[in-house]
Amino acid sequence: MSSTTYAAPPRRRRGEGLKALLWMSPWLIGFAVFFAYPLVATVYFSFYRYDLFTLQFIGLDNYRYFFHDDRAWISIQNTLWLVVFMVPAQLIFGLGVAQLLTRLKAGAGFFRTVFYLPSLVPVVAGTVAFVFLLNPTGPLNQALEFFGIAAPDWFGDKDWSKPGLTLLAMWGIGNTMMIFLAALLDVPKHLYEAAAIDGAGAWRQFRSITLPMISPVLMFSAVTGVIYALQYFSQAMIAARVASGVTDSAGSTFVPGYPELSTLTLPEWLFHSGFRDYSMGYACVLALVLFVASMIFTLILLRQFRVFTDDDGGNR
Amino acid sequence: MHRRSLTFAIAALTATTLTACTAGTTGAPALGTQPKPAGSASAALPAATIELWHGFSAPGEVKAFEDAVAGFRKKFPQITVKLVKGVEDDQITQAVRGGTAPDVASSFTTDNVAQWCRSGVFQDLTPVIKQDGIDLSVLSAASRSYTEFEGKRCVMPLLADSYGLYYNKALMKGNAPPKTLSELTALAKKLTVRDADGTIKVAGFIPSFQYYENVPSHLAPMVGATWEKPDGTSAIGSDPAWKQLLQWQKELVDWYGYDNLDKFRKSLGQEWSAANPFYKGKVAMALDGEWRNAMIGSEAKGLDYGTAPLPVADDKPDLYGSGFTAGTVIGVPKGAKNPQAAWELVKYLTTDTDALVTLSNALRNVPTTKASMESPALEKDANFQTFLDVFAHPKTSTMPSNVNSAFNQDTLQEFFVRWEKGSVKDLDAGLAEVDKRIDDKLKLSGG
Repeated sequence: MSSTTYAAPPRRRRGEGLKALLWMSPWLIGFAVFFAYPLVATVYFSFYRYDLFTLQFIGLDNYRYFFHDDRAWISIQNTLWLVVFMVPAQLIFGLGVAQLLTRLKAGAGFFRTVFYLPSLVPVVAGTVAFVFLLNPTGPLNQALEFFGIAAPDWFGDKDWSKPGLTLLAMWGIGNTMMIFLAALLDVPKHLYEAAAIDGAGAWRQFRSITLPMISPVLMFSAVTGVIYALQYFSQAMIAARVASGVTDSAGSTFVPGYPELSTLTLPEWLFHSGFRDYSMGYACVLALVLFVASMIFTLILLRQFRVFTDDDGGNR
Repeated sequence: MHRRSLTFAIAALTATTLTACTAGTTGAPALGTQPKPAGSASAALPAATIELWHGFSAPGEVKAFEDAVAGFRKKFPQITVKLVKGVEDDQITQAVRGGTAPDVASSFTTDNVAQWCRSGVFQDLTPVIKQDGIDLSVLSAASRSYTEFEGKRCVMPLLADSYGLYYNKALMKGNAPPKTLSELTALAKKLTVRDADGTIKVAGFIPSFQYYENVPSHLAPMVGATWEKPDGTSAIGSDPAWKQLLQWQKELVDWYGYDNLDKFRKSLGQEWSAANPFYKGKVAMALDGEWRNAMIGSEAKGLDYGTAPLPVADDKPDLYGSGFTAGTVIGVPKGAKNPQAAWELVKYLTTDTDALVTLSNALRNVPTTKASMESPALEKDANFQTFLDVFAHPKTSTMPSNVNSAFNQDTLQEFFVRWEKGSVKDLDAGLAEVDKRIDDKLKLSGG
């Protein structure tokens, strides 16, 4: 029987195609309006001098400027630091807390609530509270000094500001922790029992059972964590403002990224360039850099996890 | 079918893009495009409701604005003025883009004036100023300078800020306020009190660029430093005055010890609170704006203090008495629905002596016209008079109007902080780098 026997007549095929398009239209419209158009517009404006009101074609000038804009490169370095250190710290801490919570015999509900609560705190309030918690005479530093440890100046020291932001991110780990907890509770118990009979220790069980079983969740958390780190903005900006003590009032000069540009992230520099300096064309170049970086990181992560899970989505 | 769909999609996308690019274009008449109504201005203007957006938010400030507008309402009873408080610059820009601009808008800062003039966010007032025969020489040269860009006067000065030296009389121990940088250094050292371990208890003067109002723009007039060359490019690397300022400052920072000074600075209360270190006797002398007089009156009653012009470079004694000035600006945004009535309100608030005096007496900012400064109704004591004198001084200066004003200040401030910390090894090379950054940005912005 040849395949042509099953082919629909052209008119019917076209009708089905239109029907499919109709069913897909909500997504297509959303995709076009919220992704395709902004992306095309971003590329378009990146070739223009655009101050939010007037447009002037300047070719590749915005791109050329990017290559010798040291603040852009500093902001990229800071953002990469967050991707490399903050995201793994969040994942490890979130997984560790979730592991501990699976073993609690009593009060599990209470501790789950306690660890989840920080993620409900508004970003501004949480960041301001953290800056005061970590200030040079704050409770954390007093505790460190009590134990004879030289306390850092966290958000006032360029070497400690990003670790300070990492602590803040780890504190607000609630959502990641809950996802890990659900994944861990989903791992069949009989696998651990069989492994224990075979003499596998805790580490071996974790490595050979837990990690492969939760790897799709781990991958999801890693990808969303990296994207979140690449878009890191509010906490860095608020911490810098509060720690610098400079208000946004007339006559004051607040240099973003306090102290010494150490908390300046790429999205922050993008926002500053576009809305403070009115260089929206250049801000579009920074947005494209951010987009490309997000794509590259996502592809790398997907590739890495595919290798890890032997191409079968983590069901090995 | 496929080709038609593609054509339609491209047309739709193009239309959407073009719509986005032309956001903010409205059909409202521009200022000066219509003939001036005949007869007396107050009677000729048609009835209208206009909206004024301003940045003041404290109850006393809002009331002051209401009081100042009361005279306008009396003069133009057919015009209803609605005041909207607590508005920031971003909101004005976005409103103009979205076609919902108010009739009148004011801003606390002059940093955006050049950009607003160039892009047309605020309408050029030049035609109506000419039409109404307003003599701009009633304003100081600095005020005229920070309200125009490239021949366009798109805003008017409403009230001004000027900067001087505040000193705590008890901590001064009978010493007169310094007039030169050498005197300031000597007195700062003399008045500083340290613990046995070297920790600073009271600072004579905090030279750190990270301390509240000690920003480049406020300090530049102390040495007569200039920001731009005549061609508009950066003069920071080539004007020796900047180097003079930085070297004087570093010497004093090093005398305190950067770490000591930094620790002391970070232990101090917030600038805009009752814990301000000047109120608390932690600092003997401080650079600050005229508004501090009113704040001391409400937050530190009983503080025995004095004010004086800022000390100046030893080799430039003629600068003594001058300082930095900038201030609140007000104008008619693009898309204002009643531009003529809006202009009448702007004109009233910025040139009417009673309105300016009312605002100044309530807000304790410097009134901007000569008549209002000399008005007997203007409340002033010796401490406030200092700032009136600084404002009126012929050598008092402001930031040049520049589309990258905020960027330039940020760039220099960032360099200053690295300098005081000792991270800059070669001052000339560092300043040349600042020049390059500013000039590159200027080029990107179209000069």
